[in-house]
Amino acid sequence: MPKSLFDKIWEAHVVKAIPGGLEVFYIDRHLIHEVTSPQAFDELRERGLPLLRPGQIVATADHNVPTRNQHLPIQDPISRSQVDKLTENCASFGVELFGLGHQNQGIVHVIGPELGLTQPGMTIVCGDSHTSTHGAFGAIAFGIGTSQVTQVMATQCLLLSRPKRMRITIDGELRAGVGAKDLILHVIAQLGTGGATGYFVEYAGSAIRALSMEGRMTVCNMSIEMGARGGLIAPDATTFAYLAGRPYAPQGARWDQALAYWQTLYSDENAEFEAELTFAAADIFPMITYGTNPGMGIALTGHIPAEVSAGETASFDKSLQYMGFRAGESLLGKEINYVFIGSCTNSRIEDLRAVAAYVQGKHKAAHVEAIIVPGSKSVEKQAIAEGLDKILAEAGFELREPGCSACLAMNDDKIPAGAYCVSTSNRNFEGRQGPGARTLLASPLVAAITAVEGRIVDITQYLN
Amino acid sequence: MDKFQTLHSTAVPLPLENIDTDQIIPARFLKATTREGFGKNLFADWRYAANGQPKHGFVLNDTRYHGQILMAGQNFGCGSSREHAAWALYDAGFKVIISSYFADIFRGNALNTGLLPLQVSEAVLQRLLARVTHYPNTQLVVDLPAQTLTVPVWEESIPFDLDPYKKECLINGYDDIDYLLSQREAITTYEQHRPWTY
Repeated sequence: MPKSLFDKIWEAHVVKAIPGGLEVFYIDRHLIHEVTSPQAFDELRERGLPLLRPGQIVATADHNVPTRNQHLPIQDPISRSQVDKLTENCASFGVELFGLGHQNQGIVHVIGPELGLTQPGMTIVCGDSHTSTHGAFGAIAFGIGTSQVTQVMATQCLLLSRPKRMRITIDGELRAGVGAKDLILHVIAQLGTGGATGYFVEYAGSAIRALSMEGRMTVCNMSIEMGARGGLIAPDATTFAYLAGRPYAPQGARWDQALAYWQTLYSDENAEFEAELTFAAADIFPMITYGTNPGMGIALTGHIPAEVSAGETASFDKSLQYMGFRAGESLLGKEINYVFIGSCTNSRIEDLRAVAAYVQGKHKAAHVEAIIVPGSKSVEKQAIAEGLDKILAEAGFELREPGCSACLAMNDDKIPAGAYCVSTSNRNFEGRQGPGARTLLASPLVAAITAVEGRIVDITQYLN
Repeated sequence: MDKFQTLHSTAVPLPLENIDTDQIIPARFLKATTREGFGKNLFADWRYAANGQPKHGFVLNDTRYHGQILMAGQNFGCGSSREHAAWALYDAGFKVIISSYFADIFRGNALNTGLLPLQVSEAVLQRLLARVTHYPNTQLVVDLPAQTLTVPVWEESIPFDLDPYKKECLINGYDDIDYLLSQREAITTYEQHRPWTY
């Protein structure tokens, strides 16, 4: 019987099916961070349980770390205690930790792939909804709650019901100035913020195949923003070339064995999907969001809808009021106060290169504060090695140290109430970037051009 | 986890769709390393002004509405996987959330917290929201063993779905971890027969 990529990986990880439909599902890799793990470690202690497989867990500090002066003690005592607690827990339970100052530290969904911890065919979980990022490698990866973090720590398994399968195919060539972020914002705008609830999504088609690994990660990262449990892309030559030689990727004969297995990971012809959607790459334009969920996106040159379907009018009206926009209007010409380039969606070296390539020889608008936060120490190091730091500094962008930063504003990196921020992150929820902050999601290229112009423009007129 | 059998309560109506977990508990309150105490910051930015004063007009500050049931628009709990959202609702005294559908991760987190995500059709949800908004003292009865939501004043019992295993867990206060620990042998056997060892 033909199988989908999702079926192949899922079925290979079922330890046991139990009557009623739930399955004991095995997890290969568990990533943890300081915010959603402390209560899980405490529960293990209370129950007197050890970690079943400490070698399959990797930890980093990212959500709640400062992005300036990381060599100094964290000033906020509560944040410091949370990060210290992670260090203590990892030491006492024997978990490998890439803490502040470590050369491998960074956003959990940036370091997993760049270290080769993320591999095709794996099951990967983390107490963070953007774990879907790792699906770019042909892995089943999804976010879990803290109770489930405890379960994986103690048993390396979860008790799950199998999600439905959806395939989203995007064929054709993307237009100039349109990238992976525009592609996924377009898809989410079509499906809505809850449109893929209950599904696991496979992305396919020539436009997906043509994306770099960084671009594929951006796409899979935002699967959760349409409610999907996760998203994945079949591994191919691009995937294998990215992984070869990474520190935690298999080497030598083990690489050959792995590759032979990975090459079997694709959806068979006639594989079954409960939902199939197709989009044409040519229909996708540079995107921006106008509202307070990621499904509220439009082409930069488009208009905010005049009305929405009956089921969503209350949140539509509330979000426009929060954003200070009117139904039916265009965003072109709106003044912007902040530009944030970072987050697990768009903080990789390719994103920094795209920004630097545009801003080289230009300068940000005087009234805009432009912050760029690399996804990891490795991205930061690479940016400096390529001289991007100088280009960014000359353009008036502040290059910070790695972390989740103003994507969720747990640390000091907050956008003030009422201010407009064009952000390369993944969520424009009310208050996400700080109480009262108004977020407009966009690609790194749109963010860079907005920073220079100081207002929302039709970027196709500004491409180098 | 606390046991859940039946609940007789009034409900608090919050007729907004797509309520995300950043609204339920904003990220800046996630710095605590225990499970307790999140209730006071439930819906913090909707509930309190910047100076800490309760915001007029938000339902949790409206003395007409109270109870252990929260009733909200479709796609409740979307966004971040933070289980703190379920903890905050539970800590604030809610035992049941009624909506026409829930985000997947939130649903799991709620069940693991002992909070019942009770799903009804959109049409039923709209009727319930209208009733409770206009008649705040409307009593509701949630009977978990029977899987019914009863509105005595309507003389109507509305059935709801729930996975049979999760139902047993809620009724008896069991966690998934107890079950998974009992499967240790199957898990180690599986590990010896994986298609590819990472």
